[in-house]
Amino acid sequence: MEIMEHYLYTKEHEWINIEDNIGTVGITDYAQNALGDITYVELPQVDQEVEQFEQFVSVESVKAASDIFCPMSGRVMEVNTKLEDQPGSINKDCYDKGWIAKIEIKDADEAAHLMSAEDYRNYLESLGQ
Amino acid sequence: MSTEVALHNTPLVEEHIALGAKMVGFGGWNMPLQYEGILAEWEHNRKTCSIFDCSHMGEFMVQGDAIQSGLDGIVTQRIADMPVKTCRYGTMLNEEGGVIDDLIIYRKAPQEWMMVVNAAHREKNAKNFKNHLTSPANFKDISFETAKLDLQGPLSRDILKTLVPDIAQLEYYTFDEFVLLGQKCLISRTGYTGELGYEIYYPWEKSKELWRRILKNDKVNPTGLGVRDVLRIEMCYSLYGHELSEEISPLQAGLDKFIDFEKDFIGKQALLKQKAQGHHHRMGYFISDSRRSPRAGHRILDLSGNPVGRVTSGTFSPALQRGIGLGFIEAGKNNIGSKISFGDEKTIVSAVISQRPFYKNGSLKH
Repeated sequence: MEIMEHYLYTKEHEWINIEDNIGTVGITDYAQNALGDITYVELPQVDQEVEQFEQFVSVESVKAASDIFCPMSGRVMEVNTKLEDQPGSINKDCYDKGWIAKIEIKDADEAAHLMSAEDYRNYLESLGQ
Repeated sequence: MSTEVALHNTPLVEEHIALGAKMVGFGGWNMPLQYEGILAEWEHNRKTCSIFDCSHMGEFMVQGDAIQSGLDGIVTQRIADMPVKTCRYGTMLNEEGGVIDDLIIYRKAPQEWMMVVNAAHREKNAKNFKNHLTSPANFKDISFETAKLDLQGPLSRDILKTLVPDIAQLEYYTFDEFVLLGQKCLISRTGYTGELGYEIYYPWEKSKELWRRILKNDKVNPTGLGVRDVLRIEMCYSLYGHELSEEISPLQAGLDKFIDFEKDFIGKQALLKQKAQGHHHRMGYFISDSRRSPRAGHRILDLSGNPVGRVTSGTFSPALQRGIGLGFIEAGKNNIGSKISFGDEKTIVSAVISQRPFYKNGSLKH
């Protein structure tokens, strides 16, 4: 499983890449692999306020639907509208072209509740991956 | 400590694992869910040719006259007039008209029959046959000596022809015995995908060689149960446990044409009563207005938001690029073109009742 070194991770397999006070959010390689081919993404509303670990996106694969939780609280600044027509970008490139939303981070201290790449790698190993 | 019941393995389990398949428990068997991915496997099946390991399915033999053996009275399809080397789909019912299983019957000789049943209910089915056949001694379960490989897709005939030249003469829903890689086997022109295809009943212990030989052809890809489900939903084929159960009659499930009311069979009286009374719910087929897909268990609502049914199977359809679903829908709300919606407490999606099948461009009868 591919893991990006400088991203932070949740136990639900979302990632956040923080630059200044803006966090780009997506799902991990483990998550996209477990879901299989993604066929639909319900994006959040721009300007929507989300709480840390609150469900803010749903994705559907051919055979199932799943909730995606926001790694940190904040305001949704931008969403990846390309996913509306090409949800499979998440399968092909989950850490870059398959990003889901950008969040204006409300409280940088919440990062303490997230896992580093190393922690996430250990976490996946504990799941038997 | 594991409390899970051990799963049966098909003779090809090591092949699946070596090919990188994601394995899953299905009907008591350890089966490949997918290899490359459902969308890629869908594309390959609809445009080229796929091979499925269906060795989990049950095969039974019955000897005897159609009527005197009792076989004709166990199943809903007419079998007495079946020509030898043809097959017929149907169901077997309990006294209440509920479906014990759906099955295909093969007439191998005037007094020799093969039945192909679902894996999960093999033992229940065997019991039902033995209980109702005139002589249980005429029944034999050959499931664990019979592997089943399904070769499906528009190129399946051309590919199988390279190994069995005579295969080209086989017509839809007929079968014959052939020699394939030196082994005598039964091949029928049947399937569960909506494409031209064949089901090969092959000696269990020799099936690995056949699997490998067929996969040497680079036009054939291995294909899992995940896409098999998508393909059959696109064709509106029933799956036992979803559209069929002991609480559902074949009339509700829309299988009317597989019931012969001119003969006697177990459950007939219950079905006649249902016919006279009409149905509260019947199988309906619907297409989502978006890529959002219905899922088994979702509620179906009418335009006013009243619950009118329940989804039994749903998926994203690669052919339509929309969600598609099957479900039981109240009489009067189930007309083609009617607008409905489906969903759960979180999401409601609009859809329209459609004709079956959803996928109309298959090579099935080419």
